[in-house]
Amino acid sequence: MSRPMARPRPAGWLTSQTAATALQATAQRLWFGWLRLLRNPLAVAGLAVIVALVLVAAFAPWIAPYDPNAQDLAIRLLPPGHAHLLGTDQVGRDILSRVVYGARITLYIVFLVAILVAPLGLAIGSVAGYAGGKVDALLMRLTDIFLAFPGLVLALAFVAALGPGLTNAVIAIALTHWPGFARLARAETLVVRSSDYISASRIQGASALRIVVRHVMPMCVPSVIVRTSLSMAGVILTAAGLGFLGLGAQPPSPEWGAMLASGRRFLIDYWWMPTFPGLAIMLVSLAFNLLGDGLRDVLDPRSE
Amino acid sequence: MSATPEIAVRNLRVSFGAGEARVAAVDDVSFEVMPGESHGLVGESGCGKSTILRAICGLNARWDGAIFVAGEKLAPRRSLALHRKVQMVFQDPYASLHPRHTVDTILHEPLAIHRLGDVNRRINDALDQVGLGRAFRFRFPHQLSGGQRQRVAIARAIILEPRILLLDEPTSALDVSIQAEVLNLLADLRRERGLTCLLVSHDLGVVAHMCERVGVMRSGRLLKETRVDALRAGAVAHEYTRRFIEASAGYDRAMVHAWAARDPQMENPT
Amino acid sequence: MSDPILAVENLTVRFPGPHGPVAAVRGVSFTLGRERVGIVGESGSGKSMTGRSILRIAPRTAEVRATRIAFHGEDLLAASEKRMRAIRGRRISMILQDPRFSLNPVMRVGDQVAESFRVHHPGRRAQARDRALDMLSQVRIREPKRVYDLYPHEVSGGMGQRIMIAMMLVPEPEVLIADEPTSALDVTVRTQVLAILDDLVTQRGLGLVFVSHDLNLVATFCDRVLVMYAGRIVEECRAADLARAAHPYTRGLLAAMPRLDAPRERLAVLQRDPAWLTA
Repeated sequence: MSRPMARPRPAGWLTSQTAATALQATAQRLWFGWLRLLRNPLAVAGLAVIVALVLVAAFAPWIAPYDPNAQDLAIRLLPPGHAHLLGTDQVGRDILSRVVYGARITLYIVFLVAILVAPLGLAIGSVAGYAGGKVDALLMRLTDIFLAFPGLVLALAFVAALGPGLTNAVIAIALTHWPGFARLARAETLVVRSSDYISASRIQGASALRIVVRHVMPMCVPSVIVRTSLSMAGVILTAAGLGFLGLGAQPPSPEWGAMLASGRRFLIDYWWMPTFPGLAIMLVSLAFNLLGDGLRDVLDPRSE
Repeated sequence: MSATPEIAVRNLRVSFGAGEARVAAVDDVSFEVMPGESHGLVGESGCGKSTILRAICGLNARWDGAIFVAGEKLAPRRSLALHRKVQMVFQDPYASLHPRHTVDTILHEPLAIHRLGDVNRRINDALDQVGLGRAFRFRFPHQLSGGQRQRVAIARAIILEPRILLLDEPTSALDVSIQAEVLNLLADLRRERGLTCLLVSHDLGVVAHMCERVGVMRSGRLLKETRVDALRAGAVAHEYTRRFIEASAGYDRAMVHAWAARDPQMENPT
Repeated sequence: MSDPILAVENLTVRFPGPHGPVAAVRGVSFTLGRERVGIVGESGSGKSMTGRSILRIAPRTAEVRATRIAFHGEDLLAASEKRMRAIRGRRISMILQDPRFSLNPVMRVGDQVAESFRVHHPGRRAQARDRALDMLSQVRIREPKRVYDLYPHEVSGGMGQRIMIAMMLVPEPEVLIADEPTSALDVTVRTQVLAILDDLVTQRGLGLVFVSHDLNLVATFCDRVLVMYAGRIVEECRAADLARAAHPYTRGLLAAMPRLDAPRERLAVLQRDPAWLTA
C-alpha cells in the first residue's frame, strides 16, 4: 500500500521548497503567515474593517457627500433620510460626512500611538530584561511609576499640562500605554534570554547590543504586534473619552468622541447624533480586537 | 608535539545559590587536554559536566580556580580573539538555532562579529563541510530536521576555524541513525582540522567512540580519569564507575543483585 | 502458548495533513501474552501511537482503524467510552515517559496513587491510603509514609517514575504499556527502576508492552522485539535472536550504535531504502 501522492503544484517564487535568497525566504514566510491568517474568518473580518477605515479616510473628500463643517441651521436635527443618510446634528452638519472625515482623525490617533508606543516599550522592555540587575530595576521602577496611574487620569494630567488638542492627547495616550508594552517585552526577554541560541551568540563574542537587537527583539516583536492591535481598541476609546471631556480634538473637528460628547444630550429625541459615531468607534475597536486575536494565532512562534 | 595542554583546568570550583542553599556544582576538578586530543567527560545528570563546559567557554562567569585555554589564562572578560579559538555545539538542535534567522544569517553572524571577509565563500564552504548543500542556505530552522539543524550548529561552530571544540551532548537529542552520521562528521572534522575536542555526554558508548581519554564525574567531583581502552578492558576499581559502565551496556537482572552484593550501602541519587 | 491477552490486527492511525491524510501507523499486527514485548523505533516510527491507540487515547484528530484490537477476545475499538474507562487502569495500564509531566504537580504523590485505586474501587477511601502505602513500598521506596506527603517537584526523577509505576499498578491491571519509561532517567537509576518493573511484572504475571527508541535496552529487557519503521513493523524476533536480525533496517540500527565494548573507526551509517516504506 503506497502513500497517496500529493497533487503537484506549480512551484512559484513564493511556494518553492528552496529559497535562493534572503529576500525570498522572508517573503515566503510572510506569504505563509498571510495564508494562515486568511483561514481565520473573524480576523479577516477585522482586517477588512480596518482596510475599509483606511480607504474611507484616504478617499474622504470623494465619499463624503457634504462638507463636514458646513453649518445650515435650516436643516438642523434632521433624522436619517434621503438627503442626509445619517441625519444632521444640532447645527445642521451632515453626520455621515463628519463620520467619514472622523475616520482620518481616528487613523491619525491609532497610527501615531502605535509608532510611539511599540518601539519605545519594546526597547525599554528588552533592554531591561536582558541587562538585569540595576538597569532592569531602574527601568522597571520607571515603568511602575507610569503604570501606577489609571490611564485616563494620567492622560488628563498630561493634557492639562500640555494644553488641549489632538496631538497632545495622542502623546498623553502614548505615555500611558507604553509601560504595558515594556512589561510584555521584558517578560518575553526573560524567557528568551536563557536560550541556547543566545548562549551561542555570546560564545561567538557578540556584544550585548547585537544580541538584544538581532536576537531578543525579533522574538518579542510578534507579541508586541499582537498587543498593539489589541490595545488600539483601548486607545480609540481613550481618545474618545478625552474628546468627550473636551480635552482631545477641539470643535469643530469631527472626531468621533467629540461627536459623542456633543450629541449626548440629544440621545433621547435625536438618537442618530451620538449613535452613529458610537457605532463607528465600536466597530473599529472590535475590528482591531479581532485582528489582534488572529495575529496572535499566526505569529506565536511556538506554533511553528 | 608540544607539551603545553590546549585546555587545562586546575581546581575548578563552581557554586550556585547562597548561604545554606549553596551547592557546589563543580567541586575541585582538575584535568588537561592535549592539542589534537579528544577528551570526554561522562556522568549522570547534575554531575557538573556541562557546568565545566560553560565555565570554559565563558557562559558562566563566576568560578574559582584556574582555566587555561590555548596557553592563555582565562579572566572574567574575554578577548574577541579568544572567542575565535573556542566554540561550542549544544545539545538541543531545536533550541540552539534562532527560530527567526535563516541558516545564512546564523552563519553570517560570527563572520560579522569577527569582521571576516569573503563571507559568501566561507558560508558555502562551511555548509559543504557539514554535508548540507547550498539549497539549505536560506531555510529557517523549522524547515530542517533535527540532524540537519545539528549540522548547521556544527557549521556555525567551525566557521570561525576554532582550535577547540566543546561538545555538550551533541547527539543526545538525535535518533540513533542520525547520531551515527553526526558523530562521523565530528570525527572527520576533528581529523581534518586537528581540533581539540572536549565532549560531554551521559552516553558512555558515544564518549568511548569519540574520545581517547575520559573522566567520570559524579556530584561535581571528578572520580576517575582514564584512557578509554583501560575502561574497555574493565580495569575499574571505583564502584560507581563500574556500575555506570555495566548499566550502560543494557539491562541485566543479575547485575542489580551483584550491585547490592558488592556495596549495599552505596547511596544512589534516587 | 495460551491464548494471547491482547491481539492487534492491522492497526492504522492517520492524521489530517496539509496534502491529505498522513499515516503514522500502517497495518501493524501483533499479539501479547504473559510476556514482554518491546516495540522499538526511531522518532516518527509510530511506536508511541501504537501504544496509545490500544488504549484509545490517541489525539482526537487521529483516525484509528483496525481489523481488530482484542483484549481477551473483546473488541476494544467497538467498545463504548464508558467501557474503555473501566478498562483503562483496571485491566490495561500505561506508564509515561517523564514524571515531571505525567504527575499532577499540585497533588501529593501519595494521593495520586490512592486516587488511582479509588477510581476503580469507588467508596473505599481508607483502604485506598493503605493500598497506596503498600504499593509505594513495593516499588522500594524506603519511607513510604514520608514520601506519601511529598509533591512531585520534591522527588527525584527515579523516584517519580517509581511513583508512576505504583500509580499504574495499584489497580492491578493485566497488561502494562510502558511508553519510554526510562528515557528521562540516568543510566544507573534506569537499571534500578527496570529491576523493580521486572520484579512486579514477573510476580504478577503481567503482559508488558515496552515502547522505546533504545534497541539495546529492549533487547536486554524484553522477550520479543518488534522493530518499527515509518509506521510498519519491519522485524519481529525473539530478543535473544536480535543480533541475527534479518531486516536491513534493524541491522543498520545495530551497526550504527556506538558501543564501549565494540570499538570502530567509523560508525556505519544507515542507508534508507525507499522500498522499506512499501514492503
